[in-house]
Amino acid sequence: MTIEPARLRAGTLAAGFAVLLVAVVAGLGLGPVGIAPQAVLYALVDALPGVSADSGLSSIHEAIVQEVRLPRVVLGLLVGATLSVSGAAYQGAFRNPLVDPYLLGVAAGAGLGATIAITQNLGDGSGFTDLVPLSAFAGALFAVALSYGAGYIGGRSTASLVLAGVAVASFLTACQTYVLQANSDAFREVYSWILGRVATSGWSEPLLLLPYFVVAVAVMLRYRRALDILAVGDEEAQALGIDPRRVRIHVVVAASLGAAAAVSVSGLIGFVGIIVPHVVRLSFGTSYRVLIPLSILFGGAFMVLADLAARTLVEPAELPIGVVTAFLGAPFFVVVLRMSRREVW
Amino acid sequence: MPSITASGLVVALGGTSILSGVELNVAAGEWLNIIGPNGAGKTTLLRSLLGTIDHEGRIEIGGFELDKPQDRARVLAYVPQSPVIPPGMYVVDYVMLGRTPHRGIFARDTDTDVEVAIDVLSRLDLAGFAEREVRSLSGGERQRVVLARALAQQADVLLLDEPTTALDLGHQQDVLDLVDGLRRERGLTVIATLHDLTLAARYGDRIALLADGRIVKSGAPTEVLTADVIAEHFGANVRIINEPDGPVIVPASPERIRR
Repeated sequence: MTIEPARLRAGTLAAGFAVLLVAVVAGLGLGPVGIAPQAVLYALVDALPGVSADSGLSSIHEAIVQEVRLPRVVLGLLVGATLSVSGAAYQGAFRNPLVDPYLLGVAAGAGLGATIAITQNLGDGSGFTDLVPLSAFAGALFAVALSYGAGYIGGRSTASLVLAGVAVASFLTACQTYVLQANSDAFREVYSWILGRVATSGWSEPLLLLPYFVVAVAVMLRYRRALDILAVGDEEAQALGIDPRRVRIHVVVAASLGAAAAVSVSGLIGFVGIIVPHVVRLSFGTSYRVLIPLSILFGGAFMVLADLAARTLVEPAELPIGVVTAFLGAPFFVVVLRMSRREVW
Repeated sequence: MPSITASGLVVALGGTSILSGVELNVAAGEWLNIIGPNGAGKTTLLRSLLGTIDHEGRIEIGGFELDKPQDRARVLAYVPQSPVIPPGMYVVDYVMLGRTPHRGIFARDTDTDVEVAIDVLSRLDLAGFAEREVRSLSGGERQRVVLARALAQQADVLLLDEPTTALDLGHQQDVLDLVDGLRRERGLTVIATLHDLTLAARYGDRIALLADGRIVKSGAPTEVLTADVIAEHFGANVRIINEPDGPVIVPASPERIRR
């Protein structure tokens, strides 16, 4: 009999990439103009620098794939992957299944930042120079810093940090509501920001998010084994020779940075950070060695498909993506919960 | 094989003094049982030796003060009274956690890590459980799995916090016999807290009585476990029956209740 410790098996990883590829091809091919999967693949290869492939598409269709849909699919992928992996990491760091990446006030802070920018007419919708995502990002990081400060005063325990996060989130939401009430003409625009979208104007949004995605994901991947050790609680983790507080703060800072960057370009997309990690747990087990990488892949795929639904279900109008993730995600989650026989928490 | 020395050990938690000057010497290869009434600070004493709570005083293991958690974890392995069993974790992965002090938190498992874990699993008759979830096991099996994790640390000192609570009589003996066998086999030093005074007398070399934040008495079981000492520190009325293999502590007839 062979005994093997938990690790990410090549087959599982390949399955994750396959699901992501299917989602990307569907996201690029489906829409008002339908494009065959094979042509999409050729156009995708052709879009790589230094490679050329003949997709057999007209230049308009190729432009639709490469210039209209591809940035949007990439943005959806990055946002979904970041929110999912951040959720998984937060759940591991706090040893709590109900935690999402917004626990320490990322969403409330970003909401306040965006509301201030929108009501002051700072937004120009022009990508790199647009102050709305920047302000949202600053608000999100401010909220996390505030939560850490308040939690530290409250006694440095994990529970006091969680409670501080709840207090900070409520406080900032109240501020946001006040700012919005005082500028009710901006109500519609703020509301639409809050519901979330992965709309793009060219490549600026994905490129804005990319560096944060890379850093956050690299840190969380590096700490995947440490999160498995943290699962036995702080005292035992310490007795095994690690510093649980240090692990927690590194993981939480990386996850918060990623989540802050994701919500600042896409708005407050809920549910992804909880549902995707749990689906992975129910399907592939609870080890963070498996959970962290697969949350990235499945989170990306889930968001690409959710955005596909958001822009095609009620054509030519678009559904807010936050509505789609919850509307499709919740029933899907219940089905997975029903089918799985694992006890994951 | 390291000896353990603690001197002037003082611990206060939330402003309350728990340990007020504990002096402790455990020779290499010795088995010491720490007894004491509820709240005497037995667990706190183990935790200070482990370095998981703030304390004053000096702790030397094998003649060295080990400040880095990783260094301590290579020498001291801990079996908590109520270990946290993560949901969905398999026995093999749980035992592999014991390799953390050797592997570090970022590195992947080496072949040696896996070999050690498999060796420990078979030594504790757990090989058949490797692919089971720890949570699905019975209390006795679980206790062996936690012990297996501690052994996978390949530490020379084993700290056991109430290893027999929640176990029936047979499993209590199984676990302590197992520890005794491993101690002889691998030359381990064992420090255990025990509630059951008869068991404490039966296993191990020496007993230390912890009360009011100090070690008030330490020595062979027959020296420490007298009816007077137990009456004074546990508030219990007991009779001591001296058997050839150690004293047996039985509750005296319930005069105390009638009185």
